[in-house]
Amino acid sequence: MSTENPITDMHLDVLKEIGNIGAAHAATSLSQLLGRKIDMHVPNVRLVSFDEMFEMAGGPEKIVAGIYLRIEGDLSGSMFFVLPIESANHFIQRLIGDSSFDFNQNPIPEMGVSAMQELGNILSGSYLSALSDFTGLNIYPTVPSLSVDMVGAIVSFGLIEVSQYSDEVIVINTRLHEEDEDGSSSVDGHFFLLPDPPSYLTIFRSLGVL
Amino acid sequence: MTALKSVVRVGIADLNIVREPDTIRTSGLGSCVGVVLYDEKKRIAGLLHVMLPDSSLGKSDKLNMAKFADTGIYALMEALKAEGVRPLSLKAKIAGGAQMFQFGSSDTIRIGPRNVEAVKKELGRLSIPIVAEDTGGSSGRTIEFDPATSILNIRTVNAGTREI
Repeated sequence: MSTENPITDMHLDVLKEIGNIGAAHAATSLSQLLGRKIDMHVPNVRLVSFDEMFEMAGGPEKIVAGIYLRIEGDLSGSMFFVLPIESANHFIQRLIGDSSFDFNQNPIPEMGVSAMQELGNILSGSYLSALSDFTGLNIYPTVPSLSVDMVGAIVSFGLIEVSQYSDEVIVINTRLHEEDEDGSSSVDGHFFLLPDPPSYLTIFRSLGVL
Repeated sequence: MTALKSVVRVGIADLNIVREPDTIRTSGLGSCVGVVLYDEKKRIAGLLHVMLPDSSLGKSDKLNMAKFADTGIYALMEALKAEGVRPLSLKAKIAGGAQMFQFGSSDTIRIGPRNVEAVKKELGRLSIPIVAEDTGGSSGRTIEFDPATSILNIRTVNAGTREI
């Protein structure tokens, strides 16, 4: 964002609404898929340094299963669905009905990789189609790709575009959460939507707030 | 009296300097490249966490020197010179430049290898020899350098730990 077009609180509120709508749809898809209720929190939208972005996802060295995809069309940007290993194991075990599945195995069993990518497909598809309906913009997700590695190594890939413009990034961060019957937390993950800087203007223009 | 060791941390697109007995570390390198410049005798080292190959890619009016291979390595060398290190006594160890995902926009898909190439080109231009490297592949790395031993410790999720 250039200095002539500062991002105001109103702009951040608009991005928050976008996150809200997208995440609500994704939560519905996920709950249907797993046959249980997944809570999505109201997204927080912040302008943060790259290091702060890694902290939001658990710190640069935290090992996660990260789904990454690019957004193309009228908008461009990166999207991540990041789950700590324990949460990812929980998810996939339930999805494929195999309680022995483990992302720590090397190589990771193909069944789990496919299931995780399919999960990324469904979640990003419902998130982005809601966003497309709301803004009237054409938005297409690329095929998602999975990496099990350190947060810093995974997420920095999505910061490459942004880093050409700025040392800070606007993160639309939605936390998702599920508790087991005994109250223990079984799934705890994040959706990160990182629009490329030139796309902020497109979003604001489409919603008439520029 | 024994000095207490501490670890100096370097964030992404950042650089810093360390003297024995302290060590210097950067976490979660993916396509980024960690560049260590060190003086073996003086036991002083600098670490840079490069994000992009060339400062001409920058589209902002504010230039963060440490973000780019060309400006960052030069800035790190200048910082070491200010500490009394002669450029001719500097050596380099580098790690990172992985390809974390197999797709992206055309600019980003080969960003890891491009970062490594740019780092090597700049070190060549400044006549700083590369003593050891651990680059490429598809895994993230956390690296820590000890100026007392000139050893670079590299940790990965899948391939364990090694020293170069």
